[in-house]
Amino acid sequence: MTERTARGSAPSRSVLGIPDMALVVLIGASGSGKSTFARRHFAPTQVLSSDFFRGLVSDDENDQSASAAAFDALRYVAGKRLAAGKVTVIDATNVRRGDRASLVKLAKEHDVLPTAIVLDVPESVCVRRNETRPNRDFGAHVVRRHRGELRRSLKTLQREGFRRIHVLRGEQEVDDAEIVVEPLHNDRRELTGPFDVIGDVHGCRTELEELLVKLGYELARDDAGRAIGASHPEGRTAVFVGDLVDRGPDTPGVLRLVMGMVAAGTALCVCGNHEQKLARALSGHKVRVSHGLAESLVQLAEEDDEFTKRAATFCDELIAHYVLDGGKLVVSHAGLPERYHGRASGRVRSFALYGDTTGETDEYGLPVRYPWANDYRGRAMVLYGHTPVPEAQWVNNTLCLDTGCTFGGKLTALRYPERALVDVAAHRVYYEPVKPLQPQPDRDTRRDPATLALTDVTGKRVLQTASHGRIGVSAEQSATALEVMSRFALDPRWLAYLPPTMAPSATSGREGYLEHPDEAFAEFRTAGVARVVCQEKHMGSRAVLLVCRDASVAPARFGIEGPGAVYTRTGRGFFDDDRTASLLDRVRAATEKSGLWDELDTGWLLLDAELMPWNLKAGALIANQYAAVGAAGGAMLPAAVSALDDVVARGIDVGDLLARTRSRADALERYRDAYRRYCWQTEALSGVRLAPFQVLAAEGAAFHERPHSWHLDLLGRLREADPDLFAATATRDVDTTDPDQVAEAVGWWERLTESGGEGMVVKPAANLTRAKRGLVQPGVKVRGREYLRIIYGPDYTMPENLERLRSRGLGRKRALALREYALGLEALERLARGEPLWRVHECVFAVLALESDPVDPRL
Amino acid sequence: MFLTISTTHRPATDLGFLLHKHPDRAQSVPVSAGTAHVFYPTATETECTAALLVEVDPVKLVRGRQEGGLAQYVNDRPYTAGSQLAVALRAAFTTAMTGRCAERPELAAMPIPLSVRVPSLPSSGGADLVERLFRPLGWQVDAEPIALDPHFHDWGESRYLDVELRGTLRLADALTQLYVLLPVLDGGKHYWVSEDEVDKLLRAGDAWLAGHPERKLITRRYLARSRPLVGAALSRLAESDNVEPDALDDALAEPVVTEAPDQPEPLAAQRKGSVLAALRASGARRVLDLGCGSGALLRVLLTEPSFTEIVGVDVSARALEVAARNLRLDKDDRLRSRVSLRQSALTYVDPALAGYDAAVLMEVIEHIDESRLDALEHAVFGAAKPGTIIVTTPNAEYNVRFESLPAGRFRHPDHRFEWDRARFGEWTRRIAEAHGYDVRLLPVGDVDPEVGPPTQLAVFTRKEGAA
Repeated sequence: MTERTARGSAPSRSVLGIPDMALVVLIGASGSGKSTFARRHFAPTQVLSSDFFRGLVSDDENDQSASAAAFDALRYVAGKRLAAGKVTVIDATNVRRGDRASLVKLAKEHDVLPTAIVLDVPESVCVRRNETRPNRDFGAHVVRRHRGELRRSLKTLQREGFRRIHVLRGEQEVDDAEIVVEPLHNDRRELTGPFDVIGDVHGCRTELEELLVKLGYELARDDAGRAIGASHPEGRTAVFVGDLVDRGPDTPGVLRLVMGMVAAGTALCVCGNHEQKLARALSGHKVRVSHGLAESLVQLAEEDDEFTKRAATFCDELIAHYVLDGGKLVVSHAGLPERYHGRASGRVRSFALYGDTTGETDEYGLPVRYPWANDYRGRAMVLYGHTPVPEAQWVNNTLCLDTGCTFGGKLTALRYPERALVDVAAHRVYYEPVKPLQPQPDRDTRRDPATLALTDVTGKRVLQTASHGRIGVSAEQSATALEVMSRFALDPRWLAYLPPTMAPSATSGREGYLEHPDEAFAEFRTAGVARVVCQEKHMGSRAVLLVCRDASVAPARFGIEGPGAVYTRTGRGFFDDDRTASLLDRVRAATEKSGLWDELDTGWLLLDAELMPWNLKAGALIANQYAAVGAAGGAMLPAAVSALDDVVARGIDVGDLLARTRSRADALERYRDAYRRYCWQTEALSGVRLAPFQVLAAEGAAFHERPHSWHLDLLGRLREADPDLFAATATRDVDTTDPDQVAEAVGWWERLTESGGEGMVVKPAANLTRAKRGLVQPGVKVRGREYLRIIYGPDYTMPENLERLRSRGLGRKRALALREYALGLEALERLARGEPLWRVHECVFAVLALESDPVDPRL
Repeated sequence: MFLTISTTHRPATDLGFLLHKHPDRAQSVPVSAGTAHVFYPTATETECTAALLVEVDPVKLVRGRQEGGLAQYVNDRPYTAGSQLAVALRAAFTTAMTGRCAERPELAAMPIPLSVRVPSLPSSGGADLVERLFRPLGWQVDAEPIALDPHFHDWGESRYLDVELRGTLRLADALTQLYVLLPVLDGGKHYWVSEDEVDKLLRAGDAWLAGHPERKLITRRYLARSRPLVGAALSRLAESDNVEPDALDDALAEPVVTEAPDQPEPLAAQRKGSVLAALRASGARRVLDLGCGSGALLRVLLTEPSFTEIVGVDVSARALEVAARNLRLDKDDRLRSRVSLRQSALTYVDPALAGYDAAVLMEVIEHIDESRLDALEHAVFGAAKPGTIIVTTPNAEYNVRFESLPAGRFRHPDHRFEWDRARFGEWTRRIAEAHGYDVRLLPVGDVDPEVGPPTQLAVFTRKEGAA
C-alpha cells in the first residue's frame, strides 16, 4: 500500500513522514530547491547529491559527461548506507522514470521503503534560481523539459514502486514542510519484556490456556466462560509466533483469547502463513482449502458475523515480524536472517511467513527448507515456529518453538530473557501429520556438525571480550591457525577452550638466577594484590579435559557423540580414542565419587590440567632434541676433559680451558638430570598422572571468578577419590605485604626447584583480578634454576651466558598472555551462556591464532 | 665439538710439523662458532695425538637469529662433529690441508698410519653410512652407536656415533676427507653454514670425490641442504604443543610409496589423467581443485582450454606458495585470469566455493580425520554443491602389492585412514543419497584381479532439481 500526501491548499506546517531506513528520492527540476531542502531537513552525511559525486569523479560538479560514473559511485555509497540501515536521501533531479527505477531497485535490494518527495515548483522560480548560480547556464529550455518530465512522472510514481509519495507544490509548501522519521511497524525495540514467546497453537485452545496458566498468566473469561484475555501479574508479555489458526479443534477460541490479549496489550502476535491464508479466504479471495483451513472455516461459521469480521481484520493486519528489546530479540513465524531484521519489503514478509524454500520437496511432498539458521550469525535471538520439530533446539541463537501441538506433540513457550522452555503436552492428535513428528528430527533443525563457516574464523578479526576489551587477530595469524585447526585439531564442538600462554616473572638480577620468586611477589604487590597463591608447576604437557557424566550428555549439550575429550594446547587429541576413553572414565568416576556432578549441578566439567609424564606427549621431541643433545654432549665432553687432563699432565698450560670444559661437562649432566625427572615409563594409564589446577566451566557457569582456594578444594577431592591418577599439587598462600611469608615462600620454592621441580606459578588468590590499568596477569611462572637448563641450554648458568640472557624483553609476552587469557575467558563465558558454537569457536580459534605470534618461545 | 688425530709414524711428534701446531703448546684460533683450541694430549716418539676442541658460544649461536623454532639454546652443535667442526678444522689446519709442509715435505707427501677419533659424530645414516663414506677412501671404520639416554634403555640409540677411523693416508687427504664428509654425515642439519662454505667444501674433495662410489650421495646431500626453513609460525604452534617443529608443517610431505608395480605409467599421472577425463565428461567450465597442494593437478587442468576458471584451494599457506611458484602465477597475466589460489579449509563452510561446475578432491579425504569427514561432507556436498564432484582415494586392499610398504602402514605419513573398496563404496553411496547426487565408481590404474586398482575414484553428479 502506498501513502500519498499532496496538499492543494497551503497549511502552515505540513509534516512529511519518512519511514525509518528509507531511501528518500528527491524529485524536482533543476533550480527547484532540492539541495536547500535536503540541507535543511537532513544531516549532510544523509544526503548524496549527484553534483557532489560528479565532482568526486571528475573534479567538476557540472561535467555532464561524468554523470554515469557519478551515479555509479552514488549508488554504491547509497547501497552501503542502506545495508547499514541508514536513511539515505538522493539529491538529483530524478525527473526521468529510468533514473528512478535504479533507485527503487536499490531500495528493494536492501529491503527498505522507497520514498519520493516531489518539489513541484513553478518554472519561473527554477529559471530565476538557476540564473543566480554560477555554472548553471543551461537556460530555460532545460527547466521546461524537466518540468514536463516531472508532470508525467507524478502519475507513475506509485506504479514504479514508491511506497510513500509526498508532493510539495509551490515554494511555500516546500518551505513549510517538516520531516519526521517514523519507526516501521515491526520496530518495537522499546518493548523490553520480559516475554513469553509461544509456538504454533493451531487451534489448540485448551493447551494454550493451560500453557498460559503454567506461565503464570491469569485468564479473563466472558459470561459464557470463554477466555477473552490473559494478563501476567508481573507484567510479562506473551508473543505468538503465528499460526494460531487451522487444523486444531478451536480456532475461534484461540483467536478470541489472543485478540483479547493483543487488544489489551498483554500480547503481541506476528502473522503466520495460516493467518494470511485465512484472512484471504475470509475476505472472499479464492484460496485452496487445505492444510486444515477447512476446519477453521467450519468452526468460524458457527460464530457470529461480527466476530468473524473482527477475526479477519485481526489476521489481515498482523505484522510479519517484530524487533524487540532494543534489537536483541526478533520474532517471526518462519525465522528471519539478520539482513531482514527490521526491514520492510515483499520478500522480508514472504520469508517471515513461509521461510526460504529450496524448491525441492522431500519424500512426503513437503517443501525442503533452506537451513537458514545454520548460517545465522546475528546477535539478536530469533524465535519462530512454522516447521514442527519434536524438541525445541537452539541453532546459532535461533529457536523453533513449533513442537507440533496440533499433531499430538506439545505447545512450547520460551521465557525471555530467562531462556527457559515451558511446555504442555497435547491432549491428543488433532490432525494427522503428513510426516511423522517422531522420532527422526527434522533436517532443518538438526544441530549440524559443520555450521561453522570459514568467515567465522579467517581474515583480520576483532573480538569483543568482557574482561579485556577488543582484541585483534591479524589475517596471517588466522591463516596459520586455520591450518592447524583444520588439519590436526579435534572437532570444534569439543574445543570449548584453549589455554593461554603464561608470562614468566620479571628477570632476576640475583647471582646465578634468571628467575626468582622475589620478582613475582613484587609484581603482584605493585599491582595492588595482597593475597596470592603459589602453586607447584608440574612438568608434563598441558591438557584440557572435557568430561561428561554419561553418554547422553555430549550429544545433548555439545551436539556430538562421545565420552568427552582430552586435548593439547593446540586442540590436538592427546591420546587415541581408547586411551582417551579410559582416562575420561577414571576422571568421571572420581567426579562421581566426590559428588561434584550434583554439587555443581552439571553433566559435564571442563578441566585445565597438566598431564604427566612429559614424555607421554613429547616423546619424539625429547628423543630428537633433549635426550639427543644430552647423548651428544655426554659422549664428547668427557672425552675432551680426559684429553685436557692429559695435556695438563704433560705440564702444558691450557689456561681456564680445562676448568671451563669440566664445568660444561657438569652442566650437561645436570641438564640430563633435569629432563630425566620429567620422564618415566607408562603402560596404558598406569604411570599417567593428572594434575588439574582449575575447574574451567560446568553447565551454565564459568569459574574464573571463584578464588583458587575453591578450585583447589574441589580438585583435592578428585585426588582423594583417585589418588593413583590425580597428582598432588603443593601450594602456599602468601601475603605479598608480609616479608616473613614471602621469605618462607621463597624458601619453599628453592627447596622445590632444587629437588627437581619445574618451579611454581604465582596467581592472585581471588582468581580474575582487575587493577586500575586493566587485567592483572592471571599467573606468573617462576621456573627453577635447574629446570631452565632445558629451556636455555645446559650452560646457561655460566656467568657470561646468564648476563646476556638477562636482556630478554617480556612486554610482548605479557601482553600476549593477557590477550589469550581474556579470549579464553570469553570462550568460557559464551559457553556458559549457551551461545552458539561459532561464538565460542571464534574465541578459541583466536587463542590459537595469537599463539602463532612471533614471541620468544622460551619465555 | 671435538676430535683427535693420532699417528704412530716415527717420530710421531712430526705430526706437529704437518699440522703446523707445536706439540708442546696449546693454541687457539677464533672461528665463526666460537674458539677452536688445538693441543696434544700425547706427544711421544712413538705416538702423538692432536686434539681439536671447539668451544661454541651457545648464546651467540642463538642471538641475532630469528628463525624461530626451539632448536636453539638446547642444541647439539656445541658437542657434535658436524659442518661447523669441518669449518673449524679448516680454520685450524688451513696449510696442513693443502699438503704443504716446509719442514717435512716428504712426510707430508707420504701416507702415514693415522687414527682419527670423533667421540660424537652425528650420522643420519647410522654406522653403515660412515662405513660407506670412509671405507672406500682406505679407512677402517669402528663406529659405536651412542644410547640416547642410559637411564632409559627403551629409548634406543641416538643418531650420534663414537667413531674411530684407522688407516694409512696422507694427512692432508685425511683432513680434507673429514672436512668434506663430516657435513655429509650430518645430513639435512647444516645449521648456519654459509653458501660459500659449501662451495669450498665441495672443491676440497676434488682430488678423490670423482672416484668415490658414493659420489652421488655426497653431492646430493650438499645440494639438498637448501630445504626451506620450517614455517616459523607453525613451528611456534608445534612448540606450544610439545611436538617437533616440523610436526605441524608436513602439508607437502612426500608419500611413502609412489609407484605401483607393473603399471604402465606412474600412478600419479594415471590419477591426474582419470580426473581430467571425468572433468571433461562432465562438461565443467569452472573447476575447483580442493586440496591442490603444490599444484600438480592444476598444471594438468590448465592444459584443457574448456576450463575457463580454475581455483586451487588448500589449507596450507606454504603449499599455496609453492603452487604459485610452480605455476609461475606472478609472471603470467593470462594465466592469472584463469587460475587463482585460495586458502580455505574443507572443515568449514566457505561461501566462496559455491556455484562452481565441478570440484576435485584428489587424494584429499584420507588426510582428514574420519571423525571430521562429516564436516567436509557438509562443506563440499551440502554447501558448495558443485554439479560434479570427483573424489580419489587409495584402495587399501592394494597396499599388499607395494613391496616396500610394511603391512598395516599407510602410503603417506599423514594419511588418517585408507579405505578398501567396500568402505569407499558405502561412503560414496551414503553421501550421494544424502545430498542428491548420483555416483559412479571407477578404477584408477590397472585392476589387480584380487585386490582391485591401486586408486579408487568416484564421480558424483548432482541430480536435476537438487540445487
